[in-house]
Amino acid sequence: MLREVSARPVAPVPRPRFARLARRRSADAASARRWQPPTTERPLARWLLIALALGFLGFVLVIPLVLVFVEALKSGIGVYVAALADPDALAAIRLTLLISAIAVPANLVFGLAAAWAIAKFQFVGKSFLITLIDLPFSVSPVIAGLVFVLLFGSQGYFGPWLSDLGIEIVFAVPGIALATIFVTFPFVARELIPLMQEQGSGDEEAAISLGASGWKTFWLVTLPNVRWALLYGVLLCNARAMGEFGAVSVISGHIRGVTDTMPLHVEILYNEYAFPAAFAVASLLALLALVTLSIKSFLEWRHGASLKAQRSL
Amino acid sequence: MDISVRRLCKEFDRYPALNGVSLEVGSGELIALLGPSGSGKTTLLRLIAGLEFPTSGSIYFGKEDASQKSVQERNVGFVFQHYALFRHMTVIDNISFGLRVRGRRNRPSDAAIRKRASDLLDLIQLPNVANRFPHQLSGGQRQRVALARALAIEPRVLLLDEPFGALDAKVRKELRRWLRELHERTGHTTIFVTHDQEEAMEMSDRVVVMSQGRIEQVGTPDEIYDRPASPFVFSFIGDSGELAVTIDRGEVFLDGRSLGPLAEGLPDGRARMFLRPHDLEITDDPAGAISGEVATVRRHAATRRIEIAVGEKRQRIEVAVPATRGFVPEGTQTFRPVRCRLFPAN
Ligand SMILES: Nc1ncnc2c1ncn2[C@@H]1O[C@H](COP(=O)(O)OP(=O)(O)OP(=O)(O)O)[C@@H](O)[C@H]1O
Ligand SMILES: [Mg+2]
Repeated sequence: MLREVSARPVAPVPRPRFARLARRRSADAASARRWQPPTTERPLARWLLIALALGFLGFVLVIPLVLVFVEALKSGIGVYVAALADPDALAAIRLTLLISAIAVPANLVFGLAAAWAIAKFQFVGKSFLITLIDLPFSVSPVIAGLVFVLLFGSQGYFGPWLSDLGIEIVFAVPGIALATIFVTFPFVARELIPLMQEQGSGDEEAAISLGASGWKTFWLVTLPNVRWALLYGVLLCNARAMGEFGAVSVISGHIRGVTDTMPLHVEILYNEYAFPAAFAVASLLALLALVTLSIKSFLEWRHGASLKAQRSL
Repeated sequence: MDISVRRLCKEFDRYPALNGVSLEVGSGELIALLGPSGSGKTTLLRLIAGLEFPTSGSIYFGKEDASQKSVQERNVGFVFQHYALFRHMTVIDNISFGLRVRGRRNRPSDAAIRKRASDLLDLIQLPNVANRFPHQLSGGQRQRVALARALAIEPRVLLLDEPFGALDAKVRKELRRWLRELHERTGHTTIFVTHDQEEAMEMSDRVVVMSQGRIEQVGTPDEIYDRPASPFVFSFIGDSGELAVTIDRGEVFLDGRSLGPLAEGLPDGRARMFLRPHDLEITDDPAGAISGEVATVRRHAATRRIEIAVGEKRQRIEVAVPATRGFVPEGTQTFRPVRCRLFPAN
């Protein structure tokens, strides 16, 4: 139907007029081709920029990552599996998973509480608190480790008192967990604060005026409103918790098979010139990080549209 | 449920948003809070709902002191300016939210909740959007869903903050009529905020005019329009012009010329004379008339608005003449004030 309407007037048009029309049309097309969005760079500059960015990424990210897997599998799959089945390696894997199983839920709760407080309430010292949340990002993890040793070590402030009670923190799982929690604290909070601030407390007020208790409002309104941001924060937090080296290195004491996490174990193997084993554990660590990132990308791709729609409402 | 607000004050960081407001709202009344931006309308509404806590003063729902009650216990339906629909819930879940969150003892059965929600969807004339999300609705539809959500809890009082603020003129008109009819059917005590005076005049039983955290006047639309209690109300409601005049023993003088004994009972001295465009008539008789130079002539619906500059200070006032006269005056014209309102200047 539509095509018929548009086709009919063209067919009987006399020749000269048609030619003029065609000329005008091609002129339009040419000027349309010449036209560029005002924010677009010229092609050369554009290509240079893209090439630079991709080249840099390839050099510092992709090649090293690929090399890790190549090195790990170079001596054959048998060596690879044997390296991972080594009791010390297994202990390191277990410890890493245990630490992130402690640190991630802890930071989920802390981050949610901090973001909630900052986004929904006015109080003195708020901007100070926001700065404080960023502290773990700006301070070197080594310092974080040292601080915990200073606090809980056998010569530290609380160390003797705690060891009298039979609680070991430094060179033990609690210390590693504490250091990891410290280092990964900002991820969840940072992800939530801007979103919660943007959303304000209008939805919560609506829920309360409809008779919902504070608790129900939190579960039914506040949490669902930030669920994706929360998930991103948790995934990033998890990736970092598994990979943390500096702070953990200081506080763990490197007790092989006991307080070695995967990153520490990689370092030990490397220093012992056990390259295939070092790369095998490293590849597993990289794989865990890649899986985390793919989950994040998948969620972004899957729910991106609904996220955007929700934010713009 | 009647509401009584007594000497209510609210300060934000020592900035007084409400300054001793007292108001009585009868059961089943439809009341409009009207006033310029920042006059405290939203603050008053939020205080009644319990979303803010007053600095001083009290609010009574019937005989109960509402100040002692939490938001949840007040059982008010609040419709927010930007609707605040729960974006992750479908329309039907939004509407049934207030019933679902009740404690086990007061919660209706699932079937009853579903029935009530679908009845409300019929009431707002949107039976087919039950399973959509708020971002899939138009502004007017969101507005109505927000209203249905507030009505679902069978509130004792319905509070609406600029319910039609974000909608275009035509949708607004429709929703206005619809809300008025709904009110007549359900009989909720309703208070709504607006800064559109036409909306306030057309919809409400009584209008509360607010300015700078105070109530300037409370009255029926007729009272507000015909007998404004203060210069603010006169100039805020409808079109008006103002002339600086003096009063001497009841006689009004403009630039030394008498306009006649219009000010009986008012104190001598300087005064402000308010005129609406329709309060002036073109005349040939200069006695007791205001003369001024025609500045502009504009078409305004069924009338022509002539703006004239009066006297030495060239004070501007507007005069309305029927557009059918096809009359475009120029130069100096004289007008006789048929009605006017005088307030002592201070
Ligand atoms: N949370 C707040 N903190 C500080 N000041 C506030 C707060 N809420 C309102 N105010 C101030 O109180 C005054 C009254 O505000 P309110 O929102 O009641 O005005 P309004 O009459 O609803 O205006 P509008 O028509 O623009 O919505 C304003 O000057 C505003 O700046
Ligand atoms: Mg307001």
